[in-house]
Amino acid sequence: MIGAGPAGLCAAIAARDMGARVTCVDSGDRPGGQLVKQTHKFFGSRGQFAGKRGIDIARILAKQIEDDPMVDLMLESTVIGFYDDGAIGIEHGEGLTFLKPERIVCATGASERMLAFPGNDLPGVYGAGAVQTLMNVHGVRPGKAVLMVGAGNIGLIVSYQLLQAGVEVVAVVEAMPQVGGYDVHARKIQRAGVPILTSHTVKAVYGTRVVEGATVWALGSDFRPIPETERHFQVDTVCLAVGLTPLADLLWQAGCKMAYIPELGGHVALWDENYETSRRGVYVAGDLAGIEEASSAMIEGTIAGLAAARSLGHSRPDLEERLATARAELAALRSGPKGEKVRRGIDRLMRLRREVGFVA
Amino acid sequence: MRDEPCVGPRTQGRIPDAERRARGPCVVIECFEEIPCDPCHDACRRGAIRPFDDINHLPEVDFDRCNGCGACISVCPGLAIFVVDETWKEDLAVVKLPYEFLPLPAPGESVAGLDRSGRECCTARVVRVEKTKKHDRTAVVWIEVPKALSMEVRHIRVGGSVCGLRETCE
Repeated sequence: MIGAGPAGLCAAIAARDMGARVTCVDSGDRPGGQLVKQTHKFFGSRGQFAGKRGIDIARILAKQIEDDPMVDLMLESTVIGFYDDGAIGIEHGEGLTFLKPERIVCATGASERMLAFPGNDLPGVYGAGAVQTLMNVHGVRPGKAVLMVGAGNIGLIVSYQLLQAGVEVVAVVEAMPQVGGYDVHARKIQRAGVPILTSHTVKAVYGTRVVEGATVWALGSDFRPIPETERHFQVDTVCLAVGLTPLADLLWQAGCKMAYIPELGGHVALWDENYETSRRGVYVAGDLAGIEEASSAMIEGTIAGLAAARSLGHSRPDLEERLATARAELAALRSGPKGEKVRRGIDRLMRLRREVGFVA
Repeated sequence: MRDEPCVGPRTQGRIPDAERRARGPCVVIECFEEIPCDPCHDACRRGAIRPFDDINHLPEVDFDRCNGCGACISVCPGLAIFVVDETWKEDLAVVKLPYEFLPLPAPGESVAGLDRSGRECCTARVVRVEKTKKHDRTAVVWIEVPKALSMEVRHIRVGGSVCGLRETCE
């Protein structure tokens, strides 16, 4: 398992349950990936720990593999290469190690998108992930007054967490004419007094050495800025939450057939119903398979872990039932109006996979 | 600017009407967008929040079964559940709301009552603060508000005054 976030941990648990030996590699100093900074309670159903906080889900998942002799958890270790013969290179404190696993579940997650505007290189312009890490992992406030850019779930949730940390959120700006994240997340910050400016974007961030303020302006229905709608905010922090893109470098190296699918966040490997890619034995799960919520990532990891172990000849009596349950839960999570984009992306991915004719 | 979160067509039949509210405490679930989420159903021991056929459906409340106990408040990941008791006192209603900020207010303390857009609309007195292990760090704060504002006040500000928007004219 490359990555010990929600997808990688669930893949490790599933494969271990099947009787497979598992090595789980992660660059972080603790297992959990993004879960370790998600202090809010999760949506979903009980199967995906709904109502529990991400930070606690990370502990629950990690506990299931921590002392298991079948599972080797390598932390502070980064997979830096995927070689032709199927070996992977792992860089860690003591140097470089090579492993040649029979199966690989790649669950490296995503990286944050950047936005181009004058001043975006000033200290004080952060990605939302960094703000969350500073606050929720290290207990450090990123600033005193923040302008949040992006009203998807990440922008809304991080705004809420900033308020909890005692930081002022002057406004959330969103280029789209509507909020992208869940309505309930938007309501949480609105009733705390944070205005959400839809059809607005950042014009510029200014400051001599660090961020001292930001100018936003309105966007027309053609997404062009409307002159003389500028508003200025005195802030020391600008937080960008403008989307994620799958962290697919290793899959490119592995020679997986890739496709650009905007609905899934960018370049993804084509995968099948078991999350296996065109390179036999290499599976994907989580944001790497397409940007979604962590609850979906956990189920994808379970499916990939079970399928990978099955392909090695492992089995257990409830395997088919567990796979069927996981697939049904995943379909249910994606079936609502908020899952429309992901469904479209997956349809497109499946179509492309049939066109290129790969059978994993 | 995003439309103010208010009562719209999606709320039809989901919000207890004045007649129901006059009969005693009851839940107000302000969850009007279909997202995959259902823990509120499991939280209610009285079966007042009906089972979900589809996890994306909106919660359906049986207002005859709901007694406003508030067990569902801290369970909702969207912090979208409130309890309103308009039978509390002659002119005062109690609003029970989820609260995840520090410091927690103390019973008897005066706090600012905020509406859904964060506007201060009254001074509210804190009646009770529930925070047990079961609440999992989402406290439930009971506040007393003028009865006419029971369906308006949805958040509080503890101590201090309104933090002004840092909008400048430069």
